[in-house]
Amino acid sequence: MVRMVGERAVKIEGLEGHPVNDGGVCVLGLSGLQLLYGSTRVKTPLKRVGKRGQGHWKKISWEAALAEVAEKLGQLRDDNQSHTVACITGSKHGTIPALFKRFMTVYGSPNVMTTPSVGDTLEMALQVMHGVEAQAGYDVENADYILSFGSGLIEGWGAPVRMFRANSAWRENGTKVVQVEPRLSNTAAKSDQWIPINPGTEAALAMGIAHVMMKESLVNNDFVESYTEGYTGWKKMVLDEYAPEKVASITGIDKMVIVKVAREFAGAGKPLALCGRGNGETPGSLAEAMAVHTVNALVGNINQEGGVVAVPIPEYAAWPETGLDNTAQIGMAKDRVDGAGSDAFPLAASLLNRFAAGAMSAKDYPVNALLVSGTNPVYSTPGANDFKKAVEKIPFVVSFSSYMDETAMQADLILPNHVYLERYEDIPVMAGLQKPMVELTQPVVFPMHDTKNAGDAIIELSNAMGGSIGDAFPWESYEACLEETLGDKWDVLSEDGLWEDEAFQPAGWGEAFATASGKFEFMNPDMDLMPSYVPLNLEGNASTFPLLLMPFDSMRLASGFISDPPFVIKAVEDTILKGKDACVEVNPATAKSLGLADGKPATLSTPKGEARVRIYHYHGIMPGVVAIPRGPGHSADDKYMAGKGVNFNELIGPVEDRASGLDMAWGVRAKLAKA
Amino acid sequence: MKEAQGHNKNKKFGMVIDLDKCTGCGACMVACMAENNVPFREDESDKQLGTAWMRVYKMTNGKPFPETEVCYIPRPCMHCEGHGGHSPCVSVCPATATDYDNHTGIVSQIYTRCFGCRYCMAACPYHARVFNWWDPVWPADMEKMLNPDVSVRMRGVVEKCSFCYHRYQRAMEKAYYEERQEIEEDEYQTSCTQACPAGAIAFGDLNNPDHAVHQLVKPDNRHGGRPKNPHAFRLLERLGTNPKVYYLSSREWVIRAGDNYVKNEKTGAGGH
Repeated sequence: MVRMVGERAVKIEGLEGHPVNDGGVCVLGLSGLQLLYGSTRVKTPLKRVGKRGQGHWKKISWEAALAEVAEKLGQLRDDNQSHTVACITGSKHGTIPALFKRFMTVYGSPNVMTTPSVGDTLEMALQVMHGVEAQAGYDVENADYILSFGSGLIEGWGAPVRMFRANSAWRENGTKVVQVEPRLSNTAAKSDQWIPINPGTEAALAMGIAHVMMKESLVNNDFVESYTEGYTGWKKMVLDEYAPEKVASITGIDKMVIVKVAREFAGAGKPLALCGRGNGETPGSLAEAMAVHTVNALVGNINQEGGVVAVPIPEYAAWPETGLDNTAQIGMAKDRVDGAGSDAFPLAASLLNRFAAGAMSAKDYPVNALLVSGTNPVYSTPGANDFKKAVEKIPFVVSFSSYMDETAMQADLILPNHVYLERYEDIPVMAGLQKPMVELTQPVVFPMHDTKNAGDAIIELSNAMGGSIGDAFPWESYEACLEETLGDKWDVLSEDGLWEDEAFQPAGWGEAFATASGKFEFMNPDMDLMPSYVPLNLEGNASTFPLLLMPFDSMRLASGFISDPPFVIKAVEDTILKGKDACVEVNPATAKSLGLADGKPATLSTPKGEARVRIYHYHGIMPGVVAIPRGPGHSADDKYMAGKGVNFNELIGPVEDRASGLDMAWGVRAKLAKA
Repeated sequence: MKEAQGHNKNKKFGMVIDLDKCTGCGACMVACMAENNVPFREDESDKQLGTAWMRVYKMTNGKPFPETEVCYIPRPCMHCEGHGGHSPCVSVCPATATDYDNHTGIVSQIYTRCFGCRYCMAACPYHARVFNWWDPVWPADMEKMLNPDVSVRMRGVVEKCSFCYHRYQRAMEKAYYEERQEIEEDEYQTSCTQACPAGAIAFGDLNNPDHAVHQLVKPDNRHGGRPKNPHAFRLLERLGTNPKVYYLSSREWVIRAGDNYVKNEKTGAGGH
């Protein structure tokens, strides 16, 4: 809800009774007007005049900008190079990403990538174990025992405000929350029991808990016996491999704690295990997501009240297919540059973590053009410097960003989108909700500048290109497209801003699974996949880099597409940013052994890079582990944000999960030295 | 000091913050800045120079890993009543730029009277008052988002949390317009209370038994407003400032951190 004074928007406030937020707003939402009225806006289409990244631009008209994109892309198509054009969007769902994907299809390129998250990994886990295409929804409100494997439940995981409400309800109704994490995060601080764990060994703990539950016959026999496949074989493996003693040595958790947690979890009325480290922006290992999912399956909380629900993805943006011309057909038949969907990674739809290497090597073909909308991958992709180098090599880069972010800085042309307070856009809510839900962003102010909804930009671009491309976009405007696409949801959405599938009921166990066996599958022998602990092979060697560096997330630091506006930066603690320096959390014992005094400058290095930091002695972090927040370290943006701290993504590179292809890195080796 | 007039019973607006629910997200701080036109500068990491009215502190129990615990504690102005309206800041202001209102229990700050001597800042034991060392600057188009109900402050004056007094005025105006003498509990809520996504903040009339704040802490007005709820406490209770902001916590070390206890001294209801 936005308070208006005449034409001016003066305050964003919560909407009472909203099923996700009910009156509450997160810090970023509260400062949204600073994005609208701020100095980072791109106010008109811009064409680069200086070198890449120099920030020298010339204002051009929308007609000229769109004509230039149409001409460049048309030329590539004429040269049968349509497949060398890549596109990266933020979300994978909703009409805007769908319009970009449709454009790329009729244009003739399979290279559409989306911004990864743990949601991708969980979707794969459900695909393998349930045989369905669905997102994982968690009925956190009705669970009575929460076992979180490092999820930042009040640090951005899921839908933040919903999780805050759930956390408060847990305090009132006595739900026990157990947080497993190497660092005393805010979630750990709020939990009833914090179990520090050796970094990256969460899956081993999940398997150890499964071991105890199976050994002591604490499983839901009805579910396990009648609705699952491969249980006997998997159980034998777990009983052989994950005895509590062994798990204790891997995780550093006392054997009796493992046994006790397993018994408590199994004995609770509605236990629920959650995964996805921090705010869930990193995908993590598939075997780990499956391991945590089996902990849920063993107690039979699949598709139950207070459990995990397979929620179908709202696929309303499915327009009739129009014909592909010959060029498009040839282009679409090419292998993807990121390898998603190939024989090596059959489960993956998009592997942005593999894009930079693919584009740099140009093994099959180079990337000749890149379109980026609703995301800032030059900042937010682990291995950010490598990603930037790959983008620098691409001859033609078009950004649709509203803000002068790091990716826009690397563009040749910027076609600025309206900010969300000026535009329509549907946002299917994918963040762990237990019912299909779609939100509608609606304009509350007239566009301030000469910007255009990215949906309109893509429709106009298609029309400028004409032929079968133009034919695929019959709508006269994005708003018309949206209204038509949403159909009967439109009235509800434009009235309430939110549509919820109230009739949705999770499928019963008899109907829930569409695997080959028609049951929940513990193992998939065809794909050599099973829930297990796969240790991460960390980059760098332990003698040069004796410490482990992990990121942490804070609600006061936006780490994704949008960076902190001034109000939010002002609210950042002085133990996170001090002057221009990022503070690194070090256990006082570790700091003492390294001779690093509190508050003093130091150099933090990893195999990927180094940064100046300040030492912050924090008892809440495991000795030998150090942590910095994700979110600072922007080179673009205004003076309130830019040049402060370090971008964690420049200090870490992606580590490929061989099962999924996604990035499974949770940290990197590091060293700290006096500066 | 203004004396009670008319037939209305005096109100005592106060706040109760549940530290078990507070997640330290900072929404209260940002909601306050947006509501009250609190300015910002390029570097806000020196918190002593900053102008936040609401500030969330991070406390730890001081124990080493893995016994460490953390608690966040949001700190607005405490709107101290002292004994009969003798708040620490009001007593020292030479300009009558800050005053205790017996109708509402709110400690005001009148910027046009303040000449920046900062006695009040020295007197305030809660660091709730901040000084404008610079004139505010609203970059780009950000002047557009200034709240017309709250005046912006200039360099050289002290400012602080007002319990969003302009919201009280707005609610009272509406009530008078509708020929009512009283407002309902939900008609006057501060910006931070409204925004808190965890529902950790309650605001209302401590004198009104129907209001949540009264029910949560059960203030004992015969003993300077001390809470009867053993999980409720006030900061520096024994200083006698009689603050109107109460905290709830189930953790003993948090309650003890709220005041200066000697080692073997007991905490708990009445023992504050």
